[in-house]
Amino acid sequence: MSARPDADFQTRLQNLLPKLVLSPSLALIFFFVYGFILFTIYVSFTDSRILPFVGNGGVPAYDLIGFSNYQKLFSLSHWEIALTNMAIFAGLYIVICSALGLMLAIFLDQKIRGEGVLRPLYLYPMALSFIVTGTAWKWFLDPAIGLENIVQTWGWTSFTFDWIKNRDFAIYTVVLAAVWQSSGFVMAMFLAGLRGIDNEILKAAQMDGASNWNLYRRIIIPQLRPAFLSAFVILAHLAIKTFDLVIAMTGGGPGRATELPATFMYSYTFSRNQMGIGASSAVIMLMTIAAIMIPYLYAELREKK
Amino acid sequence: MRKLMKTTTSALAALAIAGSVAQAAEVEVLHWWTSGGEAAALNVLKGDLESQGIGWQDMPVAGGGGTEAMTVLRARVTSGDAPTAVQALGFDILDWGAQGALADLNEVAAQEGWDDVVPAALQAFAKYDGKWISAPVNVHSTNWVWANKAVLDANGIAVPETWEDFVAAVETLSAAGVTPIAHGGQAWQDATVFDAVAMSTGGPDFYKAAFIDMDEEALGSDTMKQAFDRMAFIRANVDDNFSGRDWNLATAMVINGEAGFQMMGDWAKGEFLNADKVPGQDFLCFRFPGTQDQVTFNADQFMMFDQGGVVSEEQAALASAILSPSFQSAFNVVKGSVPARTDVSDADFDACGKQGMKDLAAAAASGNLFGSMAHGHANPAGVKNAIYDVVTAHFNGEYDSETAVEELVDAVSIAQ
Amino acid sequence: MAVSSTDTAIRTGRVTRTLIYLVLVLFALFYLLPLYVMMVNSLKPLPEITGGGMMSLPQIWTIEPWLKAWSTAQIGVEPTGLRPYFWNSISMVVPAVAISTILGALNGYVLTKWRFRFDTILFGLMLFACFIPFQIVLIPMAAVLGFLGLAGSTAGLVLVHVVYGLGFSTLYFRNYYAVFPTELVRAAQIDGASFFQIFWRILLPSSGPIAVVCVIWQFTNIWNDFLFGASFASGEGAPMTVALNNLVQSSTGVKEYNVHFAGAILAALPTLLVYIVAGRYFVRGLMAGSVKG
Repeated sequence: MSARPDADFQTRLQNLLPKLVLSPSLALIFFFVYGFILFTIYVSFTDSRILPFVGNGGVPAYDLIGFSNYQKLFSLSHWEIALTNMAIFAGLYIVICSALGLMLAIFLDQKIRGEGVLRPLYLYPMALSFIVTGTAWKWFLDPAIGLENIVQTWGWTSFTFDWIKNRDFAIYTVVLAAVWQSSGFVMAMFLAGLRGIDNEILKAAQMDGASNWNLYRRIIIPQLRPAFLSAFVILAHLAIKTFDLVIAMTGGGPGRATELPATFMYSYTFSRNQMGIGASSAVIMLMTIAAIMIPYLYAELREKK
Repeated sequence: MRKLMKTTTSALAALAIAGSVAQAAEVEVLHWWTSGGEAAALNVLKGDLESQGIGWQDMPVAGGGGTEAMTVLRARVTSGDAPTAVQALGFDILDWGAQGALADLNEVAAQEGWDDVVPAALQAFAKYDGKWISAPVNVHSTNWVWANKAVLDANGIAVPETWEDFVAAVETLSAAGVTPIAHGGQAWQDATVFDAVAMSTGGPDFYKAAFIDMDEEALGSDTMKQAFDRMAFIRANVDDNFSGRDWNLATAMVINGEAGFQMMGDWAKGEFLNADKVPGQDFLCFRFPGTQDQVTFNADQFMMFDQGGVVSEEQAALASAILSPSFQSAFNVVKGSVPARTDVSDADFDACGKQGMKDLAAAAASGNLFGSMAHGHANPAGVKNAIYDVVTAHFNGEYDSETAVEELVDAVSIAQ
Repeated sequence: MAVSSTDTAIRTGRVTRTLIYLVLVLFALFYLLPLYVMMVNSLKPLPEITGGGMMSLPQIWTIEPWLKAWSTAQIGVEPTGLRPYFWNSISMVVPAVAISTILGALNGYVLTKWRFRFDTILFGLMLFACFIPFQIVLIPMAAVLGFLGLAGSTAGLVLVHVVYGLGFSTLYFRNYYAVFPTELVRAAQIDGASFFQIFWRILLPSSGPIAVVCVIWQFTNIWNDFLFGASFASGEGAPMTVALNNLVQSSTGVKEYNVHFAGAILAALPTLLVYIVAGRYFVRGLMAGSVKG
């Protein structure tokens, strides 16, 4: 190296630097994420019970049992319920949060007096841990204690709102609480995006006589595309990991009506001592996420090239 | 030996406060007793050890009735840093014992004569392969009914002795416009009721065959169907709002006279006492009708992790302190449960406590002491939760009794 | 039009504005609702709650639950309250947030302004990493931390949170920088500015809003994490959430709901503070920036 001229070394370093800067993060992610995913895939083919590689009977030994965990998994009505709930929950949650977040962000961006007060009000739910807010929601939605009771004492005695106690509707109350928690954060993401948009373009378009509606539809919202990508990833991630909320609000009930894959996975891996099945459910979840995310990411990221 | 000194020599360590205190002799105790009374009672144990010069490093992890603590334990064991002593229940202890992870406490046990004073049904969960591996703290019994005395008196109801009496009492209350049964619709609470109902419906032999031996015939029998029918009766006599309710709030309904009965383990007593109610005067405790001679139990124990072949001095001291009659009495008076050894004086216990101790001794002597299915002392966790699934689904109207019986047989066989 | 404003150049009429205010206030009320439930219940004695008055204002006002949650409630065997656990959380969260945010900003910068072969695929892989369920990470992570000698230490926890926060922080900055005019970077390059100079002088000054979003996200997630905190910290080094969980959860003990709610709000105070303080930079970060004239 010392033999080379200084300038040449400088350029080479400048060219190498970006990759050097990126590499520690990549190394960490490859090891701690993809390495662990491979590990989980392996565990899902074993009869592991309380610890990985500790099989039936407890002695530190295990057998490779092929796909039998997957067979068991799909024979459990429990898992089916969890998957169906996931589809309902994730779909509604992502759409409602994005729409609400975008609306609030656009409204807050209109030189609103008191933005400094409103913004934290929208955001604060993210700060609270669901192990306790779950109880607050549970009570508020409880017909005997909360909303139904209050409205009835106001005089509208035929008012009923007992979704949380109803097997067919309980999952929607989980959506409600989840939207309450994270829509404010989505609002913040969109607000950051809106504040990053160049006002010169807007002024130019305004001079051309474009209406507000058209400004948003044609210029502003398309520019928020990367923010939409962030929002989608964040929300999808939150939807899939929703766990504390269900535990605190409904405990998966009434019956098993609000069971989600995350609660299923935790329950099989840790409370039911069937780590093999727990691992196989994790693998299926990851595959489902991949099936949805990869085409989306491909489409989103390719266009930028 | 537990790693007392940890060297945190990573680049990140500079940013963090590192290391734990090195102490000559100390125990690290993982437990989930964090609510007021029980934690205070455990503090007695800590004081006892400290007087012997043994430090207590506290590692409380509450949640999910011990599930969270068990999860944390797995992480700790995997990282090669198992705590000295760990609170655990039933089959979890045997699972860890089977792995050879636990210390052999036989020497202490022999010195203190545990074999003679701890009921055999409980020993089954404290010993593995003939070796004592954990020290039992208490025995909870789960087939209690709690009742508001004023409500029963006002409706002319005596303590029901049989299922039929119970049905009559429930119907009287229902007609009087009182919620007959206070219940929280959470899987473990449904299962707690189911435990008592199954025992009462089929008797101890049936209970043992179905839940402990997991005999398919018993699980799929007509008796089981009848037990589910009785669950349906109970379901019909809880209020509309039962689902998801914490047991504490169900107990509050009985305390406040909104409901007549609650089927719940002996820990419910704490809520009554906390509300300044007096047993026998304001509230009644009695065994679930038809299970007067039986006790279904679950027991908290401390299992001792092997620290390198021999049981350490601190572990021996902790184990012997746990089983000392004075601690057993002091702790269980607060906790609502009864001592794990049957030779402790009942002088400090209230009426319900005394009754509980008497029942336990009698049931242990007559072979009527059984592990509670709902609380993980009848079958392994996988099976227990599979039964929960069915019981809860039935209780919430997803299955009729016939389907429930079929599902039960299937679920248990898949989970084994 | 206001000169100092960095809000949008969009102008709206009076009726529209009234409607906008109405909607904003209504949603503020919606967001406040559970906080109301928590506040009123944290300020009343327990019998009022178990007596069924969960939604009403306290008949007897008391701050006893707050004092209890803070300093005398039973967390472990000793009645310490939440107080001693505060510092544990802070000493874990601050380095973890700082490291992951800085790495995320650098990664975002490289991935948008220094494109190279496979950069998009690498970014895709980092994104997908966000989805790994923490439940499956627990056991292998414990083994790795044990191997590194970091089990039961704050450094170990910081490492864990940095690793699993990287995907998100990279995502935020990458997507924010993606719309940042690349011409500015190219111009600086031609002027001879180095890799870090460009980052420091051109991108960083206009990163205010997204840094706020990223910090809020990381701070909240790390502060509220329970699973890792419970598993990888020692008993007395446990973070706030583990203590809160110990306060709130009890299987067979008496439940003091009023203390629980007070504790929950106390435990959330640092995060709330971050929201309020950081929120200002939504606007300020841009004023120094070069995007808007």
